[in-house]
Amino acid sequence: MEVVQMQRAWVEYTKSLFREGFLDAQFQQLQLLQDESNPDFVAEVVSLFFEDSERLLSDLTFALEQQSVDFKKVDAHVHQLKGSSSSIGAQRVKNDCIAFRSFCEEQNIEGCQRCLQQVKQDYCLVKSKLEALIRLEQQIVAAGGSIPMEELSC
Amino acid sequence: MESCNCIEPQWPAEELLMKYQYISDFFIALAYFSIPLELIYFVKKSAVFPYRWVLVQFGAFIVLCGATHLINLWTFSMHSRTVAVVMTTAKVLTAAVSCATALMLVHIIPDLLSVKTRELFLKNKAAELDREMGLIRTQEETGRHVRMLTHEIRSTLDRHTILKTTLVELGRTLALEECTLWMPTRTGLELQLSYTLRQQNPVEYTVPIQLPVINQVFSSNRAMKISPNSPVARLRPLSGKYMPGEVVAVRVPLLHLSNFQINDWPELSTRRYALMVLMLPSDSARQWHVHELELVEVVADQVAVALSHAAILEESMRARDLLMEQNVALDHARREAETAIRARNDFLAVMNHEMRTPMHAVIALSSLLQETELTPEQRLMVETILRSSNLLATLINDVLDLSRLEDGSLRLDLGSFNLHAVFKEVLNLIKPIASVKKLPVTLNLAPDLPEYAIGDEKRLMQTILNVVGNAVKFSKQGSISITAFVAKSESLRDSRAPDFFPVPSDNHFYLRVQVKDAGQGINPPDIPKLFTKFAHAQTLATKNSSGSGLGLAICKRFVNLMEGHIWIESEGPGKGCMAIFIVKLGIPENTSESKNPFLPKANHGQTTFPGLKVLVLDDNGVSRMVTKELLVHLGCDVTTASSRDECLHVVSQDHKVVCMDAGMPDGFEAAVCLHEKFTKRHERPLIVALTGNTDKVTKENCMRVGMDGVILKPVSVDKMRSVLSELLEHRVLFEAM
Repeated sequence: MEVVQMQRAWVEYTKSLFREGFLDAQFQQLQLLQDESNPDFVAEVVSLFFEDSERLLSDLTFALEQQSVDFKKVDAHVHQLKGSSSSIGAQRVKNDCIAFRSFCEEQNIEGCQRCLQQVKQDYCLVKSKLEALIRLEQQIVAAGGSIPMEELSC
Repeated sequence: MESCNCIEPQWPAEELLMKYQYISDFFIALAYFSIPLELIYFVKKSAVFPYRWVLVQFGAFIVLCGATHLINLWTFSMHSRTVAVVMTTAKVLTAAVSCATALMLVHIIPDLLSVKTRELFLKNKAAELDREMGLIRTQEETGRHVRMLTHEIRSTLDRHTILKTTLVELGRTLALEECTLWMPTRTGLELQLSYTLRQQNPVEYTVPIQLPVINQVFSSNRAMKISPNSPVARLRPLSGKYMPGEVVAVRVPLLHLSNFQINDWPELSTRRYALMVLMLPSDSARQWHVHELELVEVVADQVAVALSHAAILEESMRARDLLMEQNVALDHARREAETAIRARNDFLAVMNHEMRTPMHAVIALSSLLQETELTPEQRLMVETILRSSNLLATLINDVLDLSRLEDGSLRLDLGSFNLHAVFKEVLNLIKPIASVKKLPVTLNLAPDLPEYAIGDEKRLMQTILNVVGNAVKFSKQGSISITAFVAKSESLRDSRAPDFFPVPSDNHFYLRVQVKDAGQGINPPDIPKLFTKFAHAQTLATKNSSGSGLGLAICKRFVNLMEGHIWIESEGPGKGCMAIFIVKLGIPENTSESKNPFLPKANHGQTTFPGLKVLVLDDNGVSRMVTKELLVHLGCDVTTASSRDECLHVVSQDHKVVCMDAGMPDGFEAAVCLHEKFTKRHERPLIVALTGNTDKVTKENCMRVGMDGVILKPVSVDKMRSVLSELLEHRVLFEAM
């Protein structure tokens, strides 16, 4: 019974993530790619995303603290972050990156700073959510159940 | 005697004479006094007497005369001097007044005389006015008669009634003995007695129209008196006794519709006239008065107008009846046509179903047979059976299409396809039959013929197959050659096709296909018939050949839909023939957007690509991982690279596809390098760019560096699957942005 409860909780949680705009359809695609041959795919991708993003965010912070900001470099970093977040389906982060890039084009330092803060905020949020989700998945699998992907489509 | 102042009369008075004088004077005085009184009395009675003061004068004169005579009475006896004085005074006064009166009368008498003259004058005038009043009244009468007559005439639109009423009313108004109407006959050479007043059944009586009296009447619009002896007036033989009444004739213009032109009154010369003859009662002393003639003229005009109205009405009634008839007939025809169409559609539907059922059986069983163990020969045969029956199924569909073609409701299924493959398929289909007949078939595709084209593949194949099939069917020996090339503008315009105006453009090219055979040939006059449905040239040799005669008709329609032209050239029976058609096909360019964005055909695609070697090039770790997983999920063998150098290092000829992220800084360079590395097209892997940008610039850039396709991120599993299948099949990919 515990498994069923956990599964239901998982479904609810995932749905809420989609509803609140943290994740979009791309994440679903990733979930679809996960199967018996590659059972940890989502977890791997997510952890890779965390690594990448943290590196990029620290680079961004460093770049924006400079005396003369190299906007090209900043743009390149933001582009990378945008790519990662869109690949994984982190919608909010991706949208923030889009806004960030426009400020970079305008070479608006204050705008960029603000965007950076926003991105960091959203990234922390999505990170904690994803970590919780993955923990839940691991619990279900440990209890002998399976992730009910099909229930997400209803 | 005493001396008295009395005056003695001159002579001695005789008593009797004196007495008489005395009495006379008295009466005279009385009369003289009473006359003025009477005068005054009568003048008072009459108010109009103009000369009052004359009367006063006259009265005074009379009164004084009377007074004189009265005073004279006293002079007969002794009278005093006073009396004498008074007498004298009176006499003097009387003299004065009478003289004045006499003088005045000289002025007055002429006036008084002229009064009498004026009275006479006025009496004459009154008499004249009376006469004129009488005349006016008569005219008024006449006018009323005319109005009433007109009203009667115009109150009906029936020609017969109009004329009859006219005659009756005229007869009544003018108290005629006889009134007749003569209408011109059809030939226009005679006048025929059409209507009479008194005679009930007018005898068929005609007079030639060229009589002088008739010409005279026709030449003027007035009513004219004619002789009672003229042929139009003499209806009954004269019985000799009586004097025939005066006869008047008037023309009645017969106006036709064409005579009425706006702002242009009809000419005299184009008119036809009828003749109306009116006879006064015989033995009456009546004469035609001017006002009666005028009445007759007016009536004649009104009758003319009324008749023309009646004629117009008749015309319009006739036209309306005709239209109604036509409507009914058209309605009937339409309903018949609808029934026929429905019947045909029902027939087609039923036949199609009946034809399709066995077809499906054949196709299904053939494909099942294919799956079993077969010898190569058998396999070849089964494959041919399958291909032929597929084609036959298509043809059955096209029987239905033909009816849709006729309605104009057929649309081409445009799509991108491999042109060379179409020809090869046709060749494969026809080779078995041709080899049985020992007819070598050769296919020549021009080197500049594009490999891919946009058009309706199925129907183009059908057309080519039909034409080639005909060539094979109607050949007993010789060879069949199929040539296909891109038609240049000179060869496009053909004198045989005067209304075919090909307009070459950048996106399209004209494919020209010529199929030459050395078979029976066709009689040149029969060539046009070939393309008509269900008609085929009857030659001796065609008795044993079968064919519904539909093929070329369908082909012609398909070719027309493809904005092309098809025709056959033959020098005659036994000299073979050449079938040529030109169709317009689109050029698939990687840089231009296809007008009809099509979806990759799912039924051609594979669901997995086992062993397909793919290289994923992406500098973003997460994206790389995701893309790799996508491809692995689809069964590919995936290698990854994160930079251009790594890519070039890793890539090999085994890699069929390179998926690269367009957002990479050196992505485009990598594509260029790949092109440089693999110069031959078939060695080079297909390069596909994944991009999140929807703008045209990105796509153009991709195309410029030689990418084979562009995919829009986010890429789902299904999308990747269809993209790969599309890519591998056509070696080119379109993505509607």
